[in-house]
Amino acid sequence: MTVTDEALDHARPGADRGTDPAGARVAAALARDLDTGFEALYEAYRGAVFSTALRLCGRWAEAEDLSAEAFLRAYRALCGYGPERIAELRPRAWLLTILTNVWRNSLRTAARRPPPGPLEDAPDPPDPGEEVEDTATRHETGRELAGLLAELPHAQRAAVVLRHVTDLPVAEIATVLSLPEGTVKSHISRGLARLRALRTEQRTEQHTEQHIEQRTEQRTERRTTPLRPDPGADPGSGRFDQRGGTR
Amino acid sequence: MNRTDPAHGAPDPLAGEPTDELTTELAGELAGELAGELAGLAADAPPSLLDRIAARRVHVAGPLEGLQVAFTDHGVAYLRAGMDDEEFAASFRARFARPLLPASRPPAGLVPALRGGRLGGLRLDLRGLSDFEAAVLRAAARIPRGQTRPYAWVARAAGRPRAVRAVGSALGRNPVPLLIPCHRVTRSDGTLGDYVFGAAAKERLLRAENVDVEEVVDLARRGVRLVGSDTTGVVCYPTCGDARRITPGHRRGFRDLAAARAAGYRPCLHCRPGDATPT
Repeated sequence: MTVTDEALDHARPGADRGTDPAGARVAAALARDLDTGFEALYEAYRGAVFSTALRLCGRWAEAEDLSAEAFLRAYRALCGYGPERIAELRPRAWLLTILTNVWRNSLRTAARRPPPGPLEDAPDPPDPGEEVEDTATRHETGRELAGLLAELPHAQRAAVVLRHVTDLPVAEIATVLSLPEGTVKSHISRGLARLRALRTEQRTEQHTEQHIEQRTEQRTERRTTPLRPDPGADPGSGRFDQRGGTR
Repeated sequence: MNRTDPAHGAPDPLAGEPTDELTTELAGELAGELAGELAGLAADAPPSLLDRIAARRVHVAGPLEGLQVAFTDHGVAYLRAGMDDEEFAASFRARFARPLLPASRPPAGLVPALRGGRLGGLRLDLRGLSDFEAAVLRAAARIPRGQTRPYAWVARAAGRPRAVRAVGSALGRNPVPLLIPCHRVTRSDGTLGDYVFGAAAKERLLRAENVDVEEVVDLARRGVRLVGSDTTGVVCYPTCGDARRITPGHRRGFRDLAAARAAGYRPCLHCRPGDATPT
């Protein structure tokens, strides 16, 4: 597939600004023997590949599918490479390029599927089973953040995930996404800004919901008293009146 | 992931513009907050992931010398005899294009399956095969140990009675000989025919399963394809367990099922001989 060829062109030595400490060792192992080399490749990058897949697609089972397919495609590409080509490979950037392409293909396939019914149209609720397995998401904030990543435009999500979850330098992300470094930086900063805005929005909403619940309780109490209803009794609760006042 | 993003694919107005100032400012502001939390979202791959990608290889003892087996999380995928490690790896790679790593022990059930000539609970990974090839192999897998069936029988059992030649090709591509006993499939004229590991290995395997190879060859030479009992009026393939119990005085040989039917015989319900398909 051409994807890996493109990746390799970007991943030539010389653009050696990134830090891929295992890269040289893995490339040498692959040049010696494809199968033992693959084991080294997998051990060195399974965390990077799986974390990236998980935070790009947001689901544990799908992340396993994407990771498995990326590693398999990588192996199949390697079968067709000569020893010199393997020796000068920068494995991490190359592998993550394959992964992001597999992810993009999966998005395209998903988009081509017949549209879901109206009930399924709503955003997916958080999957509790997935969160149980997800040992890395220890905190409530982490879980919330993982959900917010799904709200980012694809390009921003990919840049943010590769920079801050996978911990890649900007130059390597530029290779992986085939984008200029400036664009990558822009995607990262705008993605982070959007995440922060989304989080503020979400927390405000949660706060307002709590507020509404409290207000509703108060109001119910009032209604049980024999006094006539007083619609003006809630100064400053315009939002409450819009959303819950007709009950 | 079904949601499509309206911004995706649209040109980014800031693309390519230097945003170092913004990045630095945000990086400082968010360093302790978002970036740290995002780093906490990294997760190690589940242990089962590697087994979804790579196959495992193991040397194993069995009825032929130098057996090597490759298996995946779906079951045994490949079996070859008499290859060295490099040959086996190259041959597996050419056919499956999957990483092949060493296994510490054979998958559960493999050794008994090779020793006993029947699968038991052993799973096979037949994902790389066409529907027809898989149907042929499943049909061949039903031939009991110590018995043989002609290609035409397998074609019938696979649901394609006329595809006798294609059955031959499918059996020739059998990724797991011995486990799928393609050595028990013989030519429709009754002779033993060829085998993945050579005709001599086929004969050796059948002898080891107590097939009376001399009798099979002798019947084939005389044009006898089916054997019936004149006491029961049932006609069988010569290696069928029922046929082997017929005492010599009551054995009747037939050229084909039509001849047996004409003589008032009915086909055995165990070995299910069929009408010969001309090849």
